[in-house]
Amino acid sequence: MATAAKTVFRELKGDGLKFYGALGSFGLAALFGLVAAYYMETNGHHVTGMNNQIVWGMPHVFAVFLIVAASGALNVASIGSVFGKTAYKPLARLSGLVAIALLVGGLAVLVLDLGRPDRLIVAMTTYNFKSIFAWNIYLYIGFLAMVAVYLWMMMEQRMNRYSHTVGVVAFIWRLALTTGTGSIFGFLVARQSYDAAVFAPLFIAMSFALGLAVFILVLVVSCATDDRLLGDYIVNKLGRLLGVFVAAVLYFVVVQHLTNLYAAEHLGVERFILLEGGSITALFWVGQIALGGLLPLVLLFHPALNKSRSNIYAAAGLVILGGLAQIYVIIIGGQSYPLVLFPGMEVKSSFFDGVVNSYLPSLPELILGIGGIAMAGLIIMIGMKVLRFLPDSLADNATDPHFEETP
Amino acid sequence: MRTLGYQLALSILATTVLLSGSSVHGADGVPLPKVPKALEKAEKGHAELMRLKHMDLMRHQRDETVHKGIRTKQYSLKACISCHAVPGPDKQPVSITSPKHFCRACHDYAAVKVDCFQCHASKPPSSVNLKQPLSNQIQGFLRR
Amino acid sequence: MSKGKKKPKADTTRRNFLAGIAGMAGVSLASGVTLFSYAEAKAPGEAVSSKVRWGMLIDINKCADGCDKCVSACFKENGIGNTGNPATDPQWIRKIEVRNPNTSATESLPVMCQHCAKPPCVDVCPTGASFKRDDGIVLVDKHICIGCRYCMMACPYKARSFVHEDITDQKPYVPRGKGTVESCTLCVHRIDAGGIPACVEACADSAGGAMLFGDLNDPNSEISKRVAKYASRQIRADLGLDPGVRYRGL
Repeated sequence: MATAAKTVFRELKGDGLKFYGALGSFGLAALFGLVAAYYMETNGHHVTGMNNQIVWGMPHVFAVFLIVAASGALNVASIGSVFGKTAYKPLARLSGLVAIALLVGGLAVLVLDLGRPDRLIVAMTTYNFKSIFAWNIYLYIGFLAMVAVYLWMMMEQRMNRYSHTVGVVAFIWRLALTTGTGSIFGFLVARQSYDAAVFAPLFIAMSFALGLAVFILVLVVSCATDDRLLGDYIVNKLGRLLGVFVAAVLYFVVVQHLTNLYAAEHLGVERFILLEGGSITALFWVGQIALGGLLPLVLLFHPALNKSRSNIYAAAGLVILGGLAQIYVIIIGGQSYPLVLFPGMEVKSSFFDGVVNSYLPSLPELILGIGGIAMAGLIIMIGMKVLRFLPDSLADNATDPHFEETP
Repeated sequence: MRTLGYQLALSILATTVLLSGSSVHGADGVPLPKVPKALEKAEKGHAELMRLKHMDLMRHQRDETVHKGIRTKQYSLKACISCHAVPGPDKQPVSITSPKHFCRACHDYAAVKVDCFQCHASKPPSSVNLKQPLSNQIQGFLRR
Repeated sequence: MSKGKKKPKADTTRRNFLAGIAGMAGVSLASGVTLFSYAEAKAPGEAVSSKVRWGMLIDINKCADGCDKCVSACFKENGIGNTGNPATDPQWIRKIEVRNPNTSATESLPVMCQHCAKPPCVDVCPTGASFKRDDGIVLVDKHICIGCRYCMMACPYKARSFVHEDITDQKPYVPRGKGTVESCTLCVHRIDAGGIPACVEACADSAGGAMLFGDLNDPNSEISKRVAKYASRQIRADLGLDPGVRYRGL
């Protein structure tokens, strides 16, 4: 008999070596990230692997991953509030927290990698509104405010009746935000592998998949370490949903590459990504398609495999790795292939025209990127410890409307 | 704590802080920055104007130069630096790395970082006079 | 009144003399004005206007393979140093060797910021630091550049460089600093004083004379006349950016 009881939320017990050890590790990693950013800013970017050919590197891979996952993490709350699926309602608060945490972490990495991070105030006050970057600044900050209001509506009992409306606004906002993030690449006419309208829906699909994968892992780890019940019903539901999103991402990837392959103009860059790109090609086929797409689909939909909860968690982890690989292929692969100034001709110059550019991530960049993830982790842990984000029980008797007591 | 006593204490503190700002203008015992003399005599009111508004002026004038190409003396950082050049021990103008540089006199005193010279040259230009015809400029065109 | 008596002819010597003087003055003034139109400095305190559009015409046929006088001149004029890291050192102009893989024909040409009329770098800059001046020169306002490098992603000509290291000893007329993005300024400091870019000057002085600079909006300028007379193309004209740099013989 489905319980009519309201969900009880409780702060994390949060004590002991496990909790403070994790908190301390996140804190230390975030601190190292700040030190790495300071090092890059004082010495100049020549200490990184980025140069005039590969201008955006690992920090941007991490930042885009975090930002895309942030908007997708809010999905779980949206499915509850906007689409009215009661099974997801207990998860809504955590979904909002994860969304805020990931976005803050991603923005921190992005801002700290700027050539002149001391000019952040300039970036926040001087705008060129033809630039999608300028719009994104508003979309990102607005998203943080929006989710904060949304959380307030959900957590303050008197405001609960507004959570549907605010949820709708937040849902539309995050669609705009992810479209804006995809358009950073989609609006670039210059590069052979960008300049495609499909980047906007591709990023929306990626945000659904990556955000849900991160959410699943955060949920599982939080429940396990704080001794809270997490029933099969929720895990299976989330797993199936993840499978649908992964399929959507694969669809848009297929559309993107098939369209490019059809046009003779883009054959060069497709040959590079799909065949001759060395590490880029390996990351595409093994990382993005196999590990990030096909294997999770098998784990999540094969009837013999998807009964096991650890397979679902593994699938979530694989989706995350595949997402990182995909973003690496988009950002780094897109810059590795040379700009085409003279179509059909071979060029060479002292400024690396006509050659495939190679990129080796440097340590400061990796530390900065990981620092961003650590910052997100810190916010999630402190948030759950201080406020009531995590449901007391997500066991089947609390969540499954068709639950029957087994005799 | 909204007691009258608390408010009174706060206002006394604020007044002290505000009044102590005026000590920069020459109260006893407070060290002042040693500003080097300029190379030319300025027009009337220049020193006061600069003390009050040099940052606002620079922000406006730099837009006039960069966006509109107006490079007359009033809008030119080079003109400021040329007039306020300070010779070093080798009789050459010092750069911003030397504490004797004009800008550092006040900025070191106030501990405000001068950002300008990360990009701008802090020494006056040597004797290139762009007003004179550059070599073969006209001839270059005519020779085609 | 006597009929048939001719009226005495007026003495027009003085009149003719004055007319001659006026004519000579007019001719010499006109040629002087024409000469000045090659390098017309605007009044110093006056803002630039869109009445002028600066552009370049580069004749590739006169551009020798292996010659890089324009590149050296640019480096010298703008104080661009060589730190020995070619991947991160800025380069505002470079010589590109183009080879047709089907015919093996090669040519070389200098490529710098093309100063487009519709610059994608200006469109994408979040703060508006990358901007197009009214007279067509595309510049970076280093005061508000935050170093995000989005313009470098957007430029189809790879014209922009990021300053990866500290710069000391900048030229006083060319401020440049670490953490900002820079590119060919068309020697705006020279143009505003009535001069021509350093690369054009170097090519004219000591190389093939392949580069011509002038006002594309002035139908009487040398560059406008040549653009009207000879076929010239822009690199990647299909992108619709309308660059101010045109190439003849491409």
